[in-house]
Formats: sequence, structure tokens, C-alpha cells
Amino acid sequence: MMASTAPAAGLADPVLDSQHVYRAILSAFAQPGRISQVDRLETAPPPLAPATAAAGLTLFDLATPVWIAPDIITDAAAGFFSFHTGCPMTDDPGTAAFAIISGMDGASLARDFSAGTPEYPDRSATLIVQVAALTEGHGRRLTGPGIESEHRLDVTGVSPAFWDLVGANHARFPLGLDFILVAGGRLACLPRTTKVES
Amino acid sequence: MSPQSESGSAFDSAYNFAFLDEQTKRMIRRAILKAVAIPGYQVPFASREMPMPYGWGTGGIQVTASIIGPDDVLKVIDQGSDDTTNAISIRKFFVRTTGVETTESTADASLIQTRHRIPEKDLRADQILVFQVPIPEPLRFLEPRETETRRMHALEDYGLMHVKLYEDIAHHGHIATTYAYPVKVAGRYVMDPSPTPKFDNPKMDRMAALQLFGAGREKRIYAVPPHTEVKSLDFDDYPFELPEWQDVCAFCGAEDTFLDEVILDDRGKRMFVCSDTDHCSERRAAGHAGPALFDGEAAD
Repeated sequence: MMASTAPAAGLADPVLDSQHVYRAILSAFAQPGRISQVDRLETAPPPLAPATAAAGLTLFDLATPVWIAPDIITDAAAGFFSFHTGCPMTDDPGTAAFAIISGMDGASLARDFSAGTPEYPDRSATLIVQVAALTEGHGRRLTGPGIESEHRLDVTGVSPAFWDLVGANHARFPLGLDFILVAGGRLACLPRTTKVES
Repeated sequence: MSPQSESGSAFDSAYNFAFLDEQTKRMIRRAILKAVAIPGYQVPFASREMPMPYGWGTGGIQVTASIIGPDDVLKVIDQGSDDTTNAISIRKFFVRTTGVETTESTADASLIQTRHRIPEKDLRADQILVFQVPIPEPLRFLEPRETETRRMHALEDYGLMHVKLYEDIAHHGHIATTYAYPVKVAGRYVMDPSPTPKFDNPKMDRMAALQLFGAGREKRIYAVPPHTEVKSLDFDDYPFELPEWQDVCAFCGAEDTFLDEVILDDRGKRMFVCSDTDHCSERRAAGHAGPALFDGEAAD
């Protein structure tokens, strides 16, 4: 998995930029369906979206095995995260702390990711799902912790299997996966607590 | 040499920004995300040794250090007060290691670290409240074994906690727990709200701000997302009740705040003042006055 060329540039200021990106992610986790702008990375090695790359540089390290779906993984993408964060790349989705998947890739979304255990529900995977577009104000109805009454989020570029997964995942609470949806430089989160209705 | 942070303020370059190394921050940041995703559940984390002893808020400090940025405005309170030893030393720690702007005003702060109080003023969605927690496990005094309490949380087996509250009623005629009063978060996990007075429990319920809890010695982080139900445990025939005072704040006359008792002499003279010093001075600035000020004027 050697990159043939030098890895793409990471965050210009690894300390302050990752703090900035983290607050955007934290805010998105705390307010499911709200879109955060992640603007500290202009470009990313395709097919990674800039917000995917920025989130990875912020959250991945030696302690987090990362699984990248077969239709997204390239030497450049894997090399980018390996070089900048030192994260181990895994072939086994069940051991991954983070996974990067295209929203259209129903087969990869259905892989057997760790949902934690009843004693340790936090030992679960976080899925970074790349989609075509995120729009607030209309679309699916979100309710749950972090949402005052209800919130509307429209997601384009995901297969119906994704919504089945989100529904089944919510039903397993407190076990479950947490989702970071990424479109370009924007992201929105669906933690396991969020109930999604069409 | 002091490097400039983005907001232009200087910090001590002998340390990384916000003291912690980046690997530690990432570990804590990931733990916070899982804590937010599982409201009220205690996420274990690899708590670090901090340059102050356990009991001084090392858990809250590690949470704050992992999320704080140069644009934040920090407020630190200890029992509601901005100017007690613990609050001052933590504020100085962050000024030295981040250079951020600090404030005593609740409304002006983006990040509030607290020991044992929630500000009287309603918090907003763009604010984060970080609690310092000594003992995060609400069941710990009922069951000392971590393996057992963890299983009890997994099975949602909280009968023991209700027995404890029932025994309060049997002994005292009412639920005698006045601080660290257990709550159920989002209908699932029973959580210790840290030793805040039970007076503050209703403020946690559906608060617009994100609430993060850090326990340094016990190595746990937990969270309550915004607008999340936080219900104080009680019984149908013994509902949760707020404490009531006969007195008002001696300085600002407030009737609806949490009051501290101040002993004035050795003959039993005492007065009650707002525990939230910012709220009290804001009220006085707005023209409210309590009995101590009236007495003072009369004596002049």
C-alpha cells in the first residue's frame, strides 16, 4: 500500500486546526442534523471529501484502526491517513474504530461493524459516510437528544440501505454505530440516539 | 518567546496549546463524542496526571483543555463564585497555556467550567458547560464493585437506587438527598449530576447548552446533549421537591437563587447571599438591593 507520490498536505496548523475541526464535529454530534462547515482543508486526495480528510486528521491516531471501503480506498487515500496520523489500516470492518464509506455502497454499509457491548457501548465504530449533498430545513424528520422538537435534514447520494441501517441502529440503543455524514467541506452527524423518519 | 494564538493573545510556549499533548487530546475528544452519543453513560478514558492534585478538577480541566480554542471566552466557577481559589487557579492555568480571553459574565462566556453549581442564568446553544466530577458513579456507595455497577447500568437495573431513596423516606419522612441527587438521562442511564445541589437539577433538564462531565481520578467522561430530558428520580407519592428558603439574598434580594449561608460572628448572626456571584452583581448593578444593603444605609 505504498503511495507512489508524496502524500497530500495535511492541516496547516495541526494543533489549532484540529481543535477547530473538532469543535465543528462536536457541535454536529451535540445537535444531530445540524450542518457544520469544516474549512481547514481545501483539498483532499480523491475520492476523499475535504471534510472526511479533515475529520480523519482530527480523530485518527495510533489507537484507532481505520477501515476504508473497497470502492473508496486508494493508495493515496490510505497513505494520506497513515502518513499524517499513523493510524493502522485494517481489512476487518469488525475491528475498525472508524470506517469511511460511500453512502451509495450498501454492501459496505452492511458490514459487521462493532456496535459495542452492553457494558461498554462506547466501544463502537464511527462511520464516516460520504454523500452527494446535505440540506437542512426539509427532508427526513430527526428527533432525539440534541434536538429541541424536530429537525429536518435532506441527504442525497445515499442508498435506501443506509436509512434501513440508521433505523435498525437506533433501535439497538445503547449499542450502536454513530454516523458522520460528509458532503464536500460540510458534515452533519447522526448519533445512535437520533430517530429518523421519512 | 510566546507564540501568538489566532486571536492574537500570547501563551506560554513551554507547553503545547492547552497543556495536553495532541495524542491525549484526540483520545479525550473521541471519548467525548461517544459520551454525547450515549447520554449519561460513563465513558472510560486514560486520564492524565495534571499539574494539580486530584480533587482540584483534573477531569474538568482535561475536558476543557481538549475542546478549548483561541476564540473561546472562558469562565470558571467554584460553587458559583468566580473568585475562589479553585476557580482562580484553573482560570490562570488556561490563560497561561492558551492565552484565551476570560470573563466572569455568564452571558459572555462560550465555555464555562464549573465546580458544583450551574449558573442561575439560562445557558444558550452556543455555550458548553464543563463539570468537575469527583465520583461519577451514582451507584458507587450502594455497590463498590465496578464490574457490578457496570452490569447494573447495562441491564438498566436501578432498583437499588430506588431502595436508597425509599430508605431516606422511611428514616426522615422525605428524600433527604440534597446534592448529587441522581437523575435519569434521556430515559435510560442513571447519572450523578456531580455534587451540584439538587436545586440545580431542573436546570439540567432540556438545557440548550451541551453539558460535559469529567472525572479525573475515576477516569470517566459523560455528557448530556442539548435539549435532553434529565429527570430527577422520585416516587409518585414523594415527588422531587426543590429546597425552599425563608431568606432572600442579603445583597441583591433575590428570592429564586441558590443561597450560601455566611456566619457573621460567634453569636449566631448570619446572612444568606447568592452563590452565583455574577448573577448577584448583575442584579445589584440593575438596581436590586437586599436587606444587608438597606441595613448598611440605615447605619450610615
